[in-house]
Amino acid sequence: MHAIETTNLTRRFGDFVAVNKASISVEKGEVFGFLGPNGSGKTTVIKMLTGILPISEGEARIEGIDVRTNPEEVRERIGYMSQKFSLYDDLTVMENMRFYGKAYGLSGTRLTRKIDQTIEANKLAKYVDRQAGRLSGGWKQRLALGCALMHEPTVLFLDEPTAGIDPVARRQLWDLLFELSGQGITFFVTTHYMDEAERCSHLAYIYYGELIADGTPDSLRALPEVNPSGTRRFEISAPSITSALRKAREMALFRGATVFGRSIHALVDDSVSAEELDSALRGRGVQVEEIRPLIPTLEDAFVELSQRRQTQLEAAL
Amino acid sequence: MRNPARGFGAIFYKEVRHMRRDPMAILFALVLPVLQMIILGAAIDTNIRQVRTAVYDASGSATQTDTPGTASSRAFLDRLRNSDTFRVYKFVYSDAELNEEMISGRASVGIKIPIDFDRKLLRGDQGQVLVMVDGSDSNVAGQAVNVSSSLGLDESLRRMMAPGQTPSIEVRPRMMFNPDSRSPNFLLPGLMSVLLIMVTVMLTAFSIVREKERGTIEQLLVTPVRPLGLLLGKIMPYFVTGVVEFSIILILMRFAFMIPIHGNVIVLGLLTMGYLFVNLAIGILVSTKANSQSEALQFCMVVMLLSIFLSGFMFPRETMPLWAYLISHFVPATYMIKIARGVILRGAGLQELWSSGLILLGMGIVLLLAAAKRFQNMTV
Repeated sequence: MHAIETTNLTRRFGDFVAVNKASISVEKGEVFGFLGPNGSGKTTVIKMLTGILPISEGEARIEGIDVRTNPEEVRERIGYMSQKFSLYDDLTVMENMRFYGKAYGLSGTRLTRKIDQTIEANKLAKYVDRQAGRLSGGWKQRLALGCALMHEPTVLFLDEPTAGIDPVARRQLWDLLFELSGQGITFFVTTHYMDEAERCSHLAYIYYGELIADGTPDSLRALPEVNPSGTRRFEISAPSITSALRKAREMALFRGATVFGRSIHALVDDSVSAEELDSALRGRGVQVEEIRPLIPTLEDAFVELSQRRQTQLEAAL
Repeated sequence: MRNPARGFGAIFYKEVRHMRRDPMAILFALVLPVLQMIILGAAIDTNIRQVRTAVYDASGSATQTDTPGTASSRAFLDRLRNSDTFRVYKFVYSDAELNEEMISGRASVGIKIPIDFDRKLLRGDQGQVLVMVDGSDSNVAGQAVNVSSSLGLDESLRRMMAPGQTPSIEVRPRMMFNPDSRSPNFLLPGLMSVLLIMVTVMLTAFSIVREKERGTIEQLLVTPVRPLGLLLGKIMPYFVTGVVEFSIILILMRFAFMIPIHGNVIVLGLLTMGYLFVNLAIGILVSTKANSQSEALQFCMVVMLLSIFLSGFMFPRETMPLWAYLISHFVPATYMIKIARGVILRGAGLQELWSSGLILLGMGIVLLLAAAKRFQNMTV
């Protein structure tokens, strides 16, 4: 049994198809990364899976339970942390925990015990009486996660949980996710951060409602669409990067060139060697510091997939 | 086994905490209506008295230095003045001047006694008096016309009858329930109904909208809290606030404005709870529809205006055009005003008012279920 399984999941808003026949299956205990540009349907999928938004067509099951026919049972099993900070700013940390505990039907000693556990697991002891709105981003997220886990869900949906929090807090949150996934909790996470995507055990990429890639990070990087046969990638460091990029794009030798930090990621024909590239660039007056062969990054993969899809869409018009 | 109001306790707990965190909001909501009641109750007198009147008495050989008029015209004017309805603030000496007083709005009533008034009376003909009334305030106009015609009639009778003779029929009006015809007695029970809207409709209308604006609503929707539990949990604290407000208003009415409560206070309280419930249900329904607090506020204004103008608070429902009269049946304040005036002024009890109470309860249930239904279908 899959923790999350959808077949041809579709959502329409009038004539607009927000999600088109998305089929996803996520194993128990996986950290599933769901990626895609803004407005491509990520949140819509989450809302359908959590029962906030009715499903137009197709099926969705959480741990084998149909979301459409048994939303209440599904709700007992899932937790959700939305994009926006989803706690009550004016309530204290303790009040927020009490409320979520009560909302899930906990009471009496069970509630107290669960709150104590949450405080301990998230090291919130110092802040119990502070209003949630006065916590820093990282602590807010910990509290939100703590609240979302109060009722011991087995599947947790996190919609951009790390947007706008600092790198240290981000790292800590992910460490926590892996610890929990080790205990068998399944995570469905959306993110725009590639380093977070790299850490996921399973990724899917949605582009304007269409699921266009699904697999492990390595398998996505190795996709033939990302590595067209007869091509190779180089990373070129140059002191004046913008003029180097401009010149590179004028040269027929380059099939693609993008700036990453202080270097250019270039896609060239298989037959082109590093030395040839070097002399060609110098011939154009570009100063080159170093040229290294490059394995595509996840970002390369997603940019490539998006562009291919975009060309297909435009051709269809 | 499935509790349709699941999560009530959790939501109630949370709402009470919200209120405690922001006591000023509640205090403000409680104090503002009380202030309004004090101001309106003390300021508004719907009885028409001392209407500003300009007089042009052309009947005598008047110059500006003489006392104008003749003995009979002065006698008539004295009676007008003694009626308490008119206050003659100025004598003018031409039609043009009288017109000017009317047009400028300085005079609400202009009285002209023509040059031949005295002469005609002496001859035994009919003497005429022109009473011009500013129709822009229909209440004042109506009263001015009525009083001046009855004075004319009275004066005519007096002239026709022999000394010692009395009119054959005397009408003796007796104002029941409000013997001094005090405006606050009539106004405040209605005002109470309108003011209670402020603490109920408005506060609840904001409560769910706020969650939409903060983005916490989605978090709530994925919990097993059921719509009815959510709505009732949100309503309850404001219901208590409403009861507190009602008690303050009632105490103020009885002991500051000295309005005797002729009926049973318990009955009034019971029926008022029905009214509070309807308003809370309206608030919560508005809350599920509106997407922002400003949108919610606009809905509230509509409810407020309907309750002021179509409930019988300001204008009697009987004189409304048919469509307005029909609408007034759907305005909860209509029933509350019936109840409040009934119990407070006339000493009516459940026997007379049960149907109004039942209608309120029914309205409340229908609206609450509609809100729950909307909430269930809410697609964010």
